[in-house]
Amino acid sequence: MADYVKMWENLGMDLESHDMLCQVLPTAVGDVFMTQENRPKAMDFWDLVISEVHGIRPAELIEEQKKGRKVFGTFCVFVPDEVIIAADGIVTGLCGGSQFWVPGGEEVLPKNTCPLIKASVGARLGRTCPFFRIADVYVGETTCDGKKKAYEILGQDVPMYIMDVPQMKRPKDILKWKEEIAEFAEKVEEITGNKLSADKLKEAIRIVNEKRKAMKRVYDARKSVCLPISGRDTLLMTQISFFDDPERCAKMCNRLADELEQRIKDGVSVVPEGTKRILVTGTPLAVPNWKLHNIIETSGAVVVCEEMCTGTRYFENLVDDSGETLDDLYMALSERYMKNNCACFTPNPGRIDDIIRLAKEYKADGVIDCSLKFCGLYDIEKKSVAEALKAEGIPVLSLETDYEDSDAGQLRTRIEAFVEMLNG
Amino acid sequence: MDGKYGVGIDIGSTCAKTVIIDSEGMIVWKDLRPTGWSSVDTAEAIRKDLPPEIRNNEKTRFVATGYGRVSVPFADKCVTEISCHAKGAVKLFGLRDLNVIDIGGQDTKLIVIRGGAVTEFIMNDKCSAGTGRFLEVMANTLSVSPAAMCRMAEQGNETRISSLCTVFAESEVINLIGMGTPRENIAWAIVDSIVQKVKTQAGKIRLEKEPLCLTGGLCDFSYVQKKLEIVFGRDVLTTPDARFAGALGAAEYAVLSG
Repeated sequence: MADYVKMWENLGMDLESHDMLCQVLPTAVGDVFMTQENRPKAMDFWDLVISEVHGIRPAELIEEQKKGRKVFGTFCVFVPDEVIIAADGIVTGLCGGSQFWVPGGEEVLPKNTCPLIKASVGARLGRTCPFFRIADVYVGETTCDGKKKAYEILGQDVPMYIMDVPQMKRPKDILKWKEEIAEFAEKVEEITGNKLSADKLKEAIRIVNEKRKAMKRVYDARKSVCLPISGRDTLLMTQISFFDDPERCAKMCNRLADELEQRIKDGVSVVPEGTKRILVTGTPLAVPNWKLHNIIETSGAVVVCEEMCTGTRYFENLVDDSGETLDDLYMALSERYMKNNCACFTPNPGRIDDIIRLAKEYKADGVIDCSLKFCGLYDIEKKSVAEALKAEGIPVLSLETDYEDSDAGQLRTRIEAFVEMLNG
Repeated sequence: MDGKYGVGIDIGSTCAKTVIIDSEGMIVWKDLRPTGWSSVDTAEAIRKDLPPEIRNNEKTRFVATGYGRVSVPFADKCVTEISCHAKGAVKLFGLRDLNVIDIGGQDTKLIVIRGGAVTEFIMNDKCSAGTGRFLEVMANTLSVSPAAMCRMAEQGNETRISSLCTVFAESEVINLIGMGTPRENIAWAIVDSIVQKVKTQAGKIRLEKEPLCLTGGLCDFSYVQKKLEIVFGRDVLTTPDARFAGALGAAEYAVLSG
């Protein structure tokens, strides 16, 4: 591993504590990923990135900052990357997926806050994540009460900008989100010092659309009965895509998709024929949260699709770039982003339609609906998801978990029983 | 009769149950003992106690189930307690379409079985509310055995404890004791809390009209069965061997395995 200690020191990180985090990650990566057989060769890129996840990309970001570019840290797939990219800004994901950060979050947040929020706050306040140190500004959004309030706490420590996501999907809500995007664009211009133009925004839309198409190509390969990639590997690809440069991300995803498509032609599958195919749905799985996929894929089944923000919700639907004015393009952005069927909307029938559609497209034998503990939105929606799936004759298992390993045994029992049930 | 035996070992959180069946499916041996602190030691002790002609028979197959299923080193196979309880219950109750309520030491399961196969199941979350452990902890607080507490509850009057958490519920019970509430009433409240929790869980699963069958450690307590009948508003079947349902199912899987 390259020596990043100096960089971390300059970022004001807590090196001692960060060392502890760095010690557990390689073991987790080894256990979850390297134990798999017959992985696609093109995973080498993501293996490298994850092996130095706090080194390679942060170093790149710092180099860009030296040239005067600004880094925007985001927590959610609602923040329109296109606007930031059009103003020559850089977007990086910030979500925390490790139990390591949870106790730090609990020092300032109630215990019954979802682990994603606790970990994100803990990562910032504990000074153990370089991305949280590098970002010039954090962009939050109002997708849940926990985040709204947590941003107030983070805002005492870093510059925060909050986008107000509508709660419903009426035409006036889509207009409202367009206005939010337009206002955000002004803020982005101010932070970056770069004026936006329709041409620049169109180019940014093209870049992000290309990334979406490339990710979709990888996902499409998973629809094949001959399954060329595991759920764990795809999840890693998706998680890292939140942090990577969008053009390189598209290139790497296309490179992986090429290999996967060839594998399908050659009949190369990562699982024996008849292995039960699972679609997972629910709350996001932020890096390095691989717990659910790891348990499913070591219980005799395989994950073929994620109807999640770290999954199809991230890349489905392209932005229409035919508009000629900034106003047209903001509207096109709003229309695309408002197609996201997050449980923060009411009512939210689109998510159920998506799950059923995806279960069929990806030939899933069953669905696992898993939410993070204390996420009321997704937890409550489980009932309608389960009813709709049962009406379609698709078996479903509803689960709730957090980042701790202590419930791994109980999760495994439920997942193994579900797989036994699917196997008949 | 081909001389083949199936040994099913169900290592639960409280008790380890073992059932041996012959190739005709007849139960030829069974055993019940506390799991103790080491599942591996318990499994080894069980193996030593098996009838030698079965233990040393090369045709004998072993299947482990229960939360300690991975701690049975000599098992040919592990099968989850959901599948085993279902298979065992189908056999015990002689039904192909039924719903199993299993109140175990650390979890409560509801299993929907149609045509002899599991179609849906639900288990309680991480906490011990509504489980055998809850009953045990509360009985301890009242300084009686779980069986005695259930008999006591039959004499009690309606009293409620509101907490679902075992730890908080225990403080509530201590509070009731402090207020001089009769032990019978507290016992009533404890059993009520368990069956209400089971009823709540049942809301998330489609039990339909098929019979309800109680398995697991609490099937010996007729009062629990009676209270379940009251909250569900219909008959709840059980049999004395119902706590062996998981082990019996595992034994059947063992006979079926190659």
